[in-house]
Amino acid sequence: MTHLEIQNISKSFGENEVLDQLNFSVHQGEFVSLLGPSGSGKSTLFGIIGGMILPNSGDVILNGESIKGKRGSISYTPQTPSLLPWRTILNNVLLGQELTGKKDREKALQMIDRAGLKSYENSYPHELSGGMKQRVSFIRSVLSPQSLILLDEPFSALDEFTRTDMQKWLLDMWEQTKRSILFVTHNIEEAVFLSDRVIILSPRPASVLKEFQVPFERPRREELLLSDEFLQFKKEIYQEMRHAQV
Amino acid sequence: MMNALWKQGWRPALVLILLFIVWETSVSMFDIPAWLLPSPTQIIEVGITDWPGYSHHVWATIQLIIVGFLIGSGTGIVVAIALHLVPFLRQATYPLIILSQNIPVIVLAPLLVVWFGFGMLPKIIVITLVCFFPIAIALLDGFRQTDRDLMHYMQMAGATRQQLFWKLEWPHALPSLFSGLKISATYSVMGAVISEWLGASRGIGYYMTLASSSYRTDRVFVAIIIIVALSLLFFLLINWLEKMTIRWRSSGEGGSSDAS
Ligand SMILES: Nc1ncnc2c1ncn2[C@@H]1O[C@H](COP(=O)(O)OP(=O)(O)OP(=O)(O)O)[C@@H](O)[C@H]1O
Ligand SMILES: [Mg+2]
Repeated sequence: MTHLEIQNISKSFGENEVLDQLNFSVHQGEFVSLLGPSGSGKSTLFGIIGGMILPNSGDVILNGESIKGKRGSISYTPQTPSLLPWRTILNNVLLGQELTGKKDREKALQMIDRAGLKSYENSYPHELSGGMKQRVSFIRSVLSPQSLILLDEPFSALDEFTRTDMQKWLLDMWEQTKRSILFVTHNIEEAVFLSDRVIILSPRPASVLKEFQVPFERPRREELLLSDEFLQFKKEIYQEMRHAQV
Repeated sequence: MMNALWKQGWRPALVLILLFIVWETSVSMFDIPAWLLPSPTQIIEVGITDWPGYSHHVWATIQLIIVGFLIGSGTGIVVAIALHLVPFLRQATYPLIILSQNIPVIVLAPLLVVWFGFGMLPKIIVITLVCFFPIAIALLDGFRQTDRDLMHYMQMAGATRQQLFWKLEWPHALPSLFSGLKISATYSVMGAVISEWLGASRGIGYYMTLASSSYRTDRVFVAIIIIVALSLLFFLLINWLEKMTIRWRSSGEGGSSDAS
């Protein structure tokens, strides 16, 4: 079943054409990555899905209904953790529910525990490392009542190993909660390791260049990252993107 | 905490003590008359023995300061919120507010005496005016500096205007509000004393004018010491309130005492 459908979305800021006739969809429970070069308009697309930016044309359909220009229909993990510094971790995690749903402290504490942040629930964000803050930010999204989660390059500021740990953690969380995820990144390896499907965007103005169904079965393990099939698949995508650059 | 105070404070304390010693010895050495410059020991002595005679003046002034400060900061907060939430109002009045900051409000005091007489009202108006501007401006700036990433997240997450204000903008502006409150706390002491100079039947400002017109310089000094102490006390009180309210800041960025 289709959860989110992007229909012919175009957007320009003045002369600057950013999105050009973008079309794709995310199915229920699916993990989809958008892979595009820097500045290709990925955050802009998220702004449109989130109702912050109106597209020049096209529509955004969530569960069969248009959400164009409507805020609060999706759950969002931004590029920076964006935690409220005056709230404890527990209260930060509950923010999404506080805004549009009902608070469930028990579940929040359980999730904090599973994220390896037990005993931090009463700490403030400035006491946490970058990776921990991103985990908190993601838990906040998972606890939010909306069923589709958008993640905008949540791990781009982390070092290689922390990043891999976070990816494994994210897959773990996703497999337990079975939410639909639309994940933005410009890291090919990350996209392939995490997703069911990878959508390649062209450089600006962005349109869908190609879609890849990722053949590796789940649950995925770290060893996969160094296997021949994985590297071969990565190469294929790399060449596709390289081609579009020139 | 006490330890840090001692480590930082012993040098200035030493300078002060030296100053008092020089003052004391020169008064007795050069035989300076007490009506011109009393010695520190004389001042302390008068301060203690006269206490029953002037304590009611101190209480009257404290009362005036508290009432004026509460009304002034209350108005400042309400006006800042209104200007922030209604962009048209802000665009229309913000430049005027900034301009009017250059008027020393104290010069309006004689006018207020003409209009409202010598009672509590003109004094409270003066204090309200001096408290109002620093608070309104600090708070408005605090609202305007709300973190853009946090704003973006809250809006994407579907926050209503009310939720944006109470869950993001207001807590975000609290440190700014407190730096405004600290400035106003000292201003309100000054406002109270000056408005008492212009016409009053009690209060430490009134006590001061009485003392100076009868050449009781020792009493003038006592009044000055009390005023300085009151200023300091109010400042520390606000500082303490800030520490109680804003507990989430890391020690590294905790320097909000920029009273400029
Ligand atoms: N509000 C705006 N007004 C004008 N131009 C904008 C605005 N937002 C984005 N742009 C432009 O749109 C283009 C795409 O920006 P966007 O942030 O969507 O890229 P991105 O793919 O998320 O990049 P990155 O991978 O670096 O995060 C850029 O050229 C940017 O200058
Ligand atoms: Mg971006």
